[in-house]
Amino acid sequence: MLDLTTLGDDAIATKGWYKSHKHLILRRFSQLGILALFLAGPWFGIWIVKGSLASSLTLDVLPLTDPYVLLQAGLSGVVPETAAIIGVIIVLAFYFLVGGRVYCSWVCPVNMVTDLAAWLRRKLGIRTTSQISRSTRYWMLALTLILPLVAAGGIVWELVNPVSMMFRGIVFGMGAAWLMIAGIFLFDLLVAKHGWCGHICPVGAFYSLVGSKSLLKVNAVRRQACNDCMACYLVCPEPQVIKPALMGEKQGLGPVILSSDCTNCGRCIDICAKEVFSYGGRHAIKIDECKGEGEINRGARV
Amino acid sequence: MSETERKNEINRRRFLGNMLKTACGVGLVGLGLGAYSKRASSMPANYIRPPGALPEEDFLGACIRCGLCVRDCPYDILLLGEVGDEVATGTPYFIARTGPCEMCEDIPCVAACPTNALDHDLKAIEDSRMGLAVVIDQENCIAFHGLRCEVCFNVCPIRNRAISLAMQHNARSGKHALFIPVVHSDACTGCGLCERACILEEAAIKIFPTHLAKGKPGKHYRLGWKEKEKAGESLVTPDAEHRYHLPEGVRYDLQGEGLIIEDEAMETPFSSNPLDTLNSGFLDR
Repeated sequence: MLDLTTLGDDAIATKGWYKSHKHLILRRFSQLGILALFLAGPWFGIWIVKGSLASSLTLDVLPLTDPYVLLQAGLSGVVPETAAIIGVIIVLAFYFLVGGRVYCSWVCPVNMVTDLAAWLRRKLGIRTTSQISRSTRYWMLALTLILPLVAAGGIVWELVNPVSMMFRGIVFGMGAAWLMIAGIFLFDLLVAKHGWCGHICPVGAFYSLVGSKSLLKVNAVRRQACNDCMACYLVCPEPQVIKPALMGEKQGLGPVILSSDCTNCGRCIDICAKEVFSYGGRHAIKIDECKGEGEINRGARV
Repeated sequence: MSETERKNEINRRRFLGNMLKTACGVGLVGLGLGAYSKRASSMPANYIRPPGALPEEDFLGACIRCGLCVRDCPYDILLLGEVGDEVATGTPYFIARTGPCEMCEDIPCVAACPTNALDHDLKAIEDSRMGLAVVIDQENCIAFHGLRCEVCFNVCPIRNRAISLAMQHNARSGKHALFIPVVHSDACTGCGLCERACILEEAAIKIFPTHLAKGKPGKHYRLGWKEKEKAGESLVTPDAEHRYHLPEGVRYDLQGEGLIIEDEAMETPFSSNPLDTLNSGFLDR
């Protein structure tokens, strides 16, 4: 069995520490940077962004509104203001282009918690996991959209949504929300691998649908160079998305990771010692174009 | 049954079984959430929603918990419900005793709301109804002891209309007056400035959500004199003209000024109501 504690050492040895953590570092910058923008106001009186991820106003001109929460509000019968509609259009357009689940890996604060749990899992060698269907999140999504229609409490999901709770907690005041966050951490660490983000969270499911035809994708361009080390599968929060792109050459599948479950986090790019993966367009590279190189590599490996 | 058919059968069963399991689990979560949402939509009586807030049930469907109203309140009175608070998580409220609404004329909190949870049709802050002030403790309010306080009356931004003073006889001393604060729901916005200003250790005048503060007469109730006004005449037996045996120069105006002594009229430079004199400096409002 693979030693999970040394996962990524290969890449560090060949590419150096920075290159094998580049996207991870950029993502943390992005996640913490967004928090910092929201906190600059209340902490230092520098008002760049007001509000929270649900709805915000940047520099008093740019409205951004979370389409998922506004959809829930709409289902409970709300007609939003123009600013909110503009905000939703901007956000939808952005995630439509770069991939819906970029929200999960580059914005969502809970990602830092679940990534930590996944990292600890590897370091401690915890392999037990519960079988939860990855489609559970879509059921959850349906549930959260039905509840505003039938329950008295309006946007019911927002009462417990850990994503908004954590972000709002940091920006406005945590209360007992840290219990929820600790719960998710322990759930991911001890109960189910990638349990929350990869199986249950309806926010991720929603953004996954938003980005189902997104343009920015991870691309296994140099898949012929793959040495089957499995590192990408082990580090990927949605490993099922990799296989068709990486191994699908025989079935005539292209090298682009098309599944909208992919969060575009770029950990596969970082961890691959052979530099198989890179970001690219949805239609960037056709199968034929990389075939020639593939034949050479296959020949060399044999 | 061939081998592949059986395999398909098993796969189909497993698939359906898994789906059913997931659906049941999610359904249970839904039940829990539904039940919790009911509990979570109750609020303590001293938590007051910002101006223009829709009725609570609609508000909870409209508020997306973004906190923009909190940020745009220049007096920083608005709080967001935190997990563990007895208010729906992330929704805005204020507590009048510690931070009442200062009734900004441009109502920035409403302007900031992206979803109309704070109703943008509210154009004048005096039309808002955040709650209603109630002189709830008439045993400890010092006005009822015959002391001149009137702090709530004087801090009220809609002075003399939302809270007025009613002069009453002081039965304890037998020779003094009581100036009792009286709240009028047709003008009180529920801003809470009176509650904060109340000089008692625990305020005697408090803001309550309107549905808690107000009574409601039965639908069949009619006020005779209003109906009479509307109809222009008595709806039952026509009023008989009253005749009195009164001395010369004295009239009696039934349901009006009462006893009128015509000689005395216009004699004194002061009104017979001492409040008119006391408040003469404020009468610009």
